Amino acid sequence: MTRVSIKVDGVDYEDDVEPRTLLVHHLRESLGKVGTVVGCDTSNCGACTVLMSDADGHQQGVKSCAVLAVQAADREITTIEGLSGPDNTLHPVQRAFHEAHGLQCGFCTPGMIMAAVDLLRENSDPSEQEIREGLEGNLCRCTGYQNIVRAVRAASEEIRHGRAEAEPAPPSQLAGEDQTPDSGLPRQSVPDETIPQPVP
Amino acid sequence: MTTTEIGSPRRRKEDARLITGRTTWTENVTLPGMLHLAILRSPLAHARITSIDVSPALETKGVVAAFSGRDVADVQGSLPCAWPVTEDMVHPDRPPIAVDEVRFMGEAVAVVAARSRAAALDAIAAIEVDYEPLPAVLDMEQAIAEGADLVHAGKGTNKGYTWVFDSAEAGTGGDAGAAIDDAEVVIRRRYVQQRLIPAFMEPRSVVVDPTGDVYTMWSATQIPHILRFLLAVVTGTPEHKVRVIAPDVGGGFGGKLQVTPEELIAFVAAKRLGKPVKYTESRSESLVSAHHGRDVIQDIELAARRDGTVTGLRVKLLANMGAYMGLVGPGVPILGAFMYNAIYKFPAYRFECSGVFTNTTITDAYRGAGRPEATYAIERIMDELAVELGLDPLEVRSRNWINADEFPFTTVCGLAYDSGDYAKATDRAKELFGYDELRQEQQARRDSGDSVQLGIGISTYTEMCGLAPSRVLGALRYGAGGWETASVRMLPTGRVEVVTGTSPHGQGHETAWSQIVADQLGVAFDDVEVLHGDTRTSYKGLDTYGSRSLAVGGIALYNACQKVIENAKPIAAHMLECDPADLEFTGGQFRVRGNPDGGKSLADCALAVFAAHDLPDGIEPTLDADAVYDPVNFSFPHGTHLCATEVDTETGSVTIRKYVAVDDIGRVINPLIVDGQVHGGIAQGIAQALFEEAVYDADGNLMTGTFVDYTLPTAADLPAFVTDRTESPAPDHPLGTKGVGEAGTIASTPAVVNAIVDALRPMGVNDIAMPCTPERVWRAVQGGAA
Repeated sequence: MTRVSIKVDGVDYEDDVEPRTLLVHHLRESLGKVGTVVGCDTSNCGACTVLMSDADGHQQGVKSCAVLAVQAADREITTIEGLSGPDNTLHPVQRAFHEAHGLQCGFCTPGMIMAAVDLLRENSDPSEQEIREGLEGNLCRCTGYQNIVRAVRAASEEIRHGRAEAEPAPPSQLAGEDQTPDSGLPRQSVPDETIPQPVP
Repeated sequence: MTTTEIGSPRRRKEDARLITGRTTWTENVTLPGMLHLAILRSPLAHARITSIDVSPALETKGVVAAFSGRDVADVQGSLPCAWPVTEDMVHPDRPPIAVDEVRFMGEAVAVVAARSRAAALDAIAAIEVDYEPLPAVLDMEQAIAEGADLVHAGKGTNKGYTWVFDSAEAGTGGDAGAAIDDAEVVIRRRYVQQRLIPAFMEPRSVVVDPTGDVYTMWSATQIPHILRFLLAVVTGTPEHKVRVIAPDVGGGFGGKLQVTPEELIAFVAAKRLGKPVKYTESRSESLVSAHHGRDVIQDIELAARRDGTVTGLRVKLLANMGAYMGLVGPGVPILGAFMYNAIYKFPAYRFECSGVFTNTTITDAYRGAGRPEATYAIERIMDELAVELGLDPLEVRSRNWINADEFPFTTVCGLAYDSGDYAKATDRAKELFGYDELRQEQQARRDSGDSVQLGIGISTYTEMCGLAPSRVLGALRYGAGGWETASVRMLPTGRVEVVTGTSPHGQGHETAWSQIVADQLGVAFDDVEVLHGDTRTSYKGLDTYGSRSLAVGGIALYNACQKVIENAKPIAAHMLECDPADLEFTGGQFRVRGNPDGGKSLADCALAVFAAHDLPDGIEPTLDADAVYDPVNFSFPHGTHLCATEVDTETGSVTIRKYVAVDDIGRVINPLIVDGQVHGGIAQGIAQALFEEAVYDADGNLMTGTFVDYTLPTAADLPAFVTDRTESPAPDHPLGTKGVGEAGTIASTPAVVNAIVDALRPMGVNDIAMPCTPERVWRAVQGGAA
């Protein structure tokens, strides 16, 4: 057993872990962070993607099945559960996935959203092709990726225009909207009260 | 009835919990004292278990129990097959844990229960098993040849069944054999539907809690109701002592339409140990042990006149069942039997299918289940007929298809197609696609000898959705009916709880069902809660598969809403001091006809029956209503998909340049959800055409046992799709809806392969085996040119 300190979603945790324990299993089984899921055993699917700080403190997307818990010692992790703001506001990427119907069964979604957040940190204005290539490490079986790509583009606009954090975003012009009749209704936000508070 | 909700692109209710990581997957369920199971699986395709010793596992740290098939032989039962398609179908016993013999790589041979997942996985490595290898039967044609090695020695044959439909014998059409003998043109082709793996993103997981008064099973299943019934039957447990919960389920695509060995193993282990147990498969285990799909050899003979009119069709199939019969596996090709005639007015048809045992993972339902196979074969061979006759492939289709004014149309299979307009969908698709311009560009590239050739692929499909009229299923020897249920409960505050017998796993029923109820009852979308997937709240239902939930369950829901309104009417009349006959119900209000003022809402009535202080004499104090609906017919969505591919003749690489899907699925409840279903369906169909194949080596080892080798398409592998719709409402459905879950998968595979073949026609290529990898395409170019 090795003693490790890891900050996850803003909370410090100190635990004894087996050296072989994968970060994702530590998150799920020791810390109860079951929002992060496991979809494969070969690091192909990306469902377990989280953000992890590097030695300089910059957060980067990692597949938490490809990191040992001991490798995360003294690092800071953000999971899907820590992405929402402290007052329960959704992250622009979360909101965009909802708006653009970027999820169906939702199993790949935590990893897909974290990978998209990571992508937009590196490239704030990705083209459709850059989004597709940027998300190549994350598999989705439901959506055919079309609405995921639309969601990431919409989120990038919101983030770049800096309005997302301050106020609810206006309806965004989504790619291919002229071909998909999904702009008929006023935007329906996820009502905040339906979202459980993040664990403090 | 007002319709502000139906047709609206409501954002989904389900999303809030899914985008924040605060949902319940089965794997998230943790109970006090819970033990973790690990399963030792056979490394061999076919072998006798000569000895097995689990005791070394018991000496491993943290292990509580270990048992082999022999240890539980008297209690583990045999996995069920609900679709014995013929009276004499061979249905071998299938113990959840193999007892004496293993018949496919990945079959369970022993189980360990331990205090942690890691301890259980450590311990299975310590189990000692001696195998005596037996010959592995892998090739279907060899399997049914004289003197073949047998998968089940005691059964004397590898042929599980032979099922025949002949339109002359059925009285629904002519003699296909005679039509072929007399034909001006006969096209004969063999197509191979490669083996696929459903590959839902959430691995299967099961938790069983044997403490308390009932056995509670959480399972990542599409079929909690069917599972509860069959668990009770197979294990001899009283049904009312079994509760099944399907919490959020991460995709299914037919792959979770199964009663699995793992579910029974967990049930038996929990019963034996008296402790809650959990088993979650790894992806590698999932790919080798969860059921596979497709794997059919299709021999097709199409007879026609030189003007392009088809005069007969004969289809002969070999369908790989794997080592055993799955829950509905034998019936999958039979579902396809009724779809080979597709949208066409073929006058004569014969279909024959043999289900064949091999030493491979079982096959069973995978998105479309029989219908993609049929649609692929007919849409591929219609192109071949067009080439033979020198006609445009769309022209050959339109000369044979059912015209809009001919509905309802009874097909050569005896099915009554309800509605449709194939020409309209095709015209719209051509317009969005730029069909004529792309044909011109194709010609220009051919003329210039461009190394990148352009191909145009067409798929004009229909499917039978809304499984299904119970009598029809009975006639096909399916073990269950095809009805669906809904309950609508009016809470005293006017909020509504809906209980559905469908079991969504990504389809957004909570949203769509809320839209239907909101419109019917005049309540707010957000005031409706949809409950599903727990047999304690939803005790009756037939679950979600076969594009049935809205097409069947939607009618049950509609009918239950109408009953609620009828129940409320006398109460509203009493409050308004009028005759119930004078009331009308619009916008959620009962009003005296002709008087727009002073109405009573359903919420008023709900509160009135809750108090029950002042109700009319003899009125039961409730508004709640149940409905069970058994469909009178299938519904028949259709559409035209067009695909343009650029094929690099020097490297064999294929790029989809444009993909247009125009689907007619009747009336649409939520266009956002429908588009999502179409996108995902197309992606899975493209995956069959270009990327995916489950491959066994000569010894029966699955060579594609991880996501490294079984290559699901990524975002970078797929294009954006252009989708649109035409609308031919379903006449048998009060809301006019048909079904959309499988349409994209059914339509897209032949569209893509037709496009690739079309690009390479000038090089003498008339077929490429799926998946059309760069290597296969390149070899076809080389072979064709030679």
